Amino acid sequence: MKDAPGTRDYDWWLLAILATICALGVIEIYSATHGSALDGMYMKQVRWIVVGAILMFVLSRVDYHLILDQVLILYLVGVVALIAVLLVGHTRFGAKRWIPVLGEFLQVSELVKLIIIIVLARFFAEVSTDELSVQDLIKAGLIVGLPLGLILKQPDLGTALVLVPMLVVGAFLAGLQWQHAAIISLAGILLVGSVFYPPVSRHILKPYQRDRITSFLHPEDDAKGSGYQLLQSKIAVGSGGFWGKGFKNGTQNQLGYIPVRYSDFIMSAWAEEQGFKGVLLALGLYMALLLRLVQNAQRAKDRAGMFLVMGVAAALGFHVLVNVAMVIGAMPVTGIPLPLMSYGGSATLFVFLAIGLVMNVRLRRFVN
Amino acid sequence: MSYWFRNDNRLPQGRLAIASYIIVGMVGLLILGFWKLQVIDSDKYSSLAERNRVRLIPIIAPRGRMLDRDGRVLVDNRPSFSVLLLRDDPALVDKNLPGIADGLGISLDDLKDQLSNTKNLAKFQSIIIKPEASEADIAFIESHRSDIPVLEMINVSRRRYLSGGFMSHASGYVGEVSEQQIEASNDKLRPGDIAGKSGLERQYNDLLMGTDGMRRIIVNSVGKEVGRLSTQEAIPGKQIQLSIDYDLQQVAEQSLGPRPGAAVALDPRTGEVLAMVSHPAPDPNDFAVRISNEEWAQLNEDPLRPLFNRAIQAQLAPGSVFKIVTATAMLEDKVPPENFTAFCPGYATFYGRQFKCWVYGKSSHGVVDLHKAILESCDVFFYNVGMRLGIDRLSFYGSKLGIGHKTGIDLPSEESGLMPSAEWVERVQHRKWYAGETISVATGQGAVTTTPLQLARMIGGIAMGGVFKQPHLLKGAANVGEERFDLSESTVEKITDAMYGVVNQGGTGASLKLAGIELSGKSGTAQVIGYAEREKVGKQKRFEDNAWFVGYAPRRNPEIVIAVLVQESGKHGGEAAGPVVRDVIKAYYDKKAKKTEGQFTAEGAKPSSGSARAAALIAPRAPAIKEDETAGRNSGENRND
Repeated sequence: MKDAPGTRDYDWWLLAILATICALGVIEIYSATHGSALDGMYMKQVRWIVVGAILMFVLSRVDYHLILDQVLILYLVGVVALIAVLLVGHTRFGAKRWIPVLGEFLQVSELVKLIIIIVLARFFAEVSTDELSVQDLIKAGLIVGLPLGLILKQPDLGTALVLVPMLVVGAFLAGLQWQHAAIISLAGILLVGSVFYPPVSRHILKPYQRDRITSFLHPEDDAKGSGYQLLQSKIAVGSGGFWGKGFKNGTQNQLGYIPVRYSDFIMSAWAEEQGFKGVLLALGLYMALLLRLVQNAQRAKDRAGMFLVMGVAAALGFHVLVNVAMVIGAMPVTGIPLPLMSYGGSATLFVFLAIGLVMNVRLRRFVN
Repeated sequence: MSYWFRNDNRLPQGRLAIASYIIVGMVGLLILGFWKLQVIDSDKYSSLAERNRVRLIPIIAPRGRMLDRDGRVLVDNRPSFSVLLLRDDPALVDKNLPGIADGLGISLDDLKDQLSNTKNLAKFQSIIIKPEASEADIAFIESHRSDIPVLEMINVSRRRYLSGGFMSHASGYVGEVSEQQIEASNDKLRPGDIAGKSGLERQYNDLLMGTDGMRRIIVNSVGKEVGRLSTQEAIPGKQIQLSIDYDLQQVAEQSLGPRPGAAVALDPRTGEVLAMVSHPAPDPNDFAVRISNEEWAQLNEDPLRPLFNRAIQAQLAPGSVFKIVTATAMLEDKVPPENFTAFCPGYATFYGRQFKCWVYGKSSHGVVDLHKAILESCDVFFYNVGMRLGIDRLSFYGSKLGIGHKTGIDLPSEESGLMPSAEWVERVQHRKWYAGETISVATGQGAVTTTPLQLARMIGGIAMGGVFKQPHLLKGAANVGEERFDLSESTVEKITDAMYGVVNQGGTGASLKLAGIELSGKSGTAQVIGYAEREKVGKQKRFEDNAWFVGYAPRRNPEIVIAVLVQESGKHGGEAAGPVVRDVIKAYYDKKAKKTEGQFTAEGAKPSSGSARAAALIAPRAPAIKEDETAGRNSGENRND
């Protein structure tokens, strides 16, 4: 642990992919907001990227084993922060998710995602058997369940849902047994089904969440609500065609038909202006990013490192899947941003810190 | 550092490989989703995006104005806003209907009716749901652009007519086109268009109506216009100049006053209509927007029939005015010879039935010749003449002089009146002509009916020596129809002398005499029912006599002829209708004198110029008026005398 890994050991490919995705995001934020009240937003995003990159570098220098040593404290900090945000948090857009830090509002749940990745990595790394026992599965479920419940309380269904694939991927790699997987899948299907089944969903979802489900299923009934958002997003994507309408030429986003075109629906704006070719580029980059993460996991020095990297991969993969599927109308509106392309401070910082963990693991694959 | 991780390097490579496949599969599925939207269904979404951002706003072409013969504006336009309902998205329209009805103060049922009435329209064509938007409506639309994005305002030009129903029967009015009009228009008219419904507005609709344009604008998601793609400008309708003289029209309107009746003045030399009045008159400004069903029903059910243009549609017995026809027949056919006289004791008996003269019971005419018979309108004389002439001759001359035929004026819905004949009763009533009927017809009673316009054309044409110009309302119209019915000079001379005498030699129009003007004419007092019946039903307003006077000046080749009808006046034609004739003709000469004077003042230095010469030709005829007009003025202005 006394070694100092050299710059050569960083994953430059991963950084290049990351930088390209960030660039696409900044370009599209600029294109979608220029000349509007949000003009200049792209520069703020650049600042978040710079801050994120610095934090990534800092985090990569601290041996991840040291971090993994402190899981109990981290976990407690995360839970306390979530409770604090519920008590004193700042309410924006109808939910308590933000606490002010250094003049900016930070979304606590983004930090908690990072903590859960670390805590789960430590937990699964300590599982010594090749097959994951029911007890361990339940323990892992409880570890995730507490913060998940607190995040749901804010309410922030999107972020809460991100914790689930972290748990699922971790359990899978820790030797989840096929019969347990079948039971969990069944439970999952039942839960999702009940969400889409109004008599049950009435008891477990907030009204706005039910509206989103309804309008996802019947977008034409809800011409101005979230069904409208999905429909307008599909129109934007579809009207982009193969070649796209061109930089700053997307009528759907420029004229404001796409909701939050700079944030959750940025892929919609990108697809409209850059067309299918642009989509291939963006999705290709995300695929390369995720596969590169898996490769880093395969080359990790130990199980703990592997779990860290795969936790990050699970979180980012889930973000990409849910966000992009929403943009093409294949999933309801959940409020999950597209990593590194969507505008947003906390989300950008989360991704860079998560990649910082990956770099950390990579830098230490040959030492010790 | 604790050693909890024990350098455990058992990595589940198999499961990590599965994770890679899942990633590739996931991205592949997403790409398929984009392929479907962006490549397979691209056209569909492109058109949806276009429909989102592009709005078609019609630009309504202003209708052409109507000017009087001197270029004064009679019918104009005023700017106004209409509320347009955009129907690109039927579901959105249906959803917002209650809100729209509430916000614009229209009942929901009315709004739904409007939508169902336009079901023949192209499905996505926008329709005007409120023609006259108030300030509150405009505020409502502006403030609900985002939540009710189906409303738009358009500039329209609304017709503005002179107030109080001035000339309203001639001008007519506009309204939304009817289905019949659309069918008859060869696709020129579309539902919702404003087109002429009556009068000149209808007659010259093709000229007056322009071609609407279209603006293609870009709107943002809250319906605000952010750019313009293309503008197809509206082509405004053409302006028409009428032969109507505003000054004469005004005098005629005022002189007729509130009495039901009509007045129509022509220039018999050209057929140009100088004034056309029918009272009572509706104010077409009331329907320039949109008239309610109740108001419309009220107008139609009014017993005074305000929508009826009496000048061309009232078909009434002409009374003694018809004696000019009888006199013309007598003089032309010399049956009886022109020196024929009759004795009038106040009545006459034919076929065992007594026919009264209008002076019956008050006095008698004594021995009457043609001249005196016309002056004093002696019925007994014309009973005798008529009996001798017979219906065939009367019918021939009446028909030749235009009775029973439309004049062909450029207005819709003109009526023809009726000149009865033996052939007509056989065809229509399947009986023989009774000789007694001829006696009534000879004095303009019985089955004979005429419109005021027909009488003006007839009297003017006779005074022109048998040249009948087709009446028309456009100034300087080309190809004016003309009918000639050659009358002998002596016939014209005798008849015009007699009509001059009616006013100037103590005839039935003696009270109308105007100094210096050869005002001539013939009065008529037509019974609505016979004397016998009147005694039965007693005195009732609706059975009162209709008063006629057809006057012209000068006595030969007149410049102006005017027929006036005053309905149910209960007065003699000369008394009730005559003053209207006198007022209009006086106004005509007053104006002419002023013009002549003006031309001399302006162009006195160049007496050889065309207009000065023309004025000089006219001048000798009006010296008396000039004296009358300029009395008390400084004599220096009176250079032309």
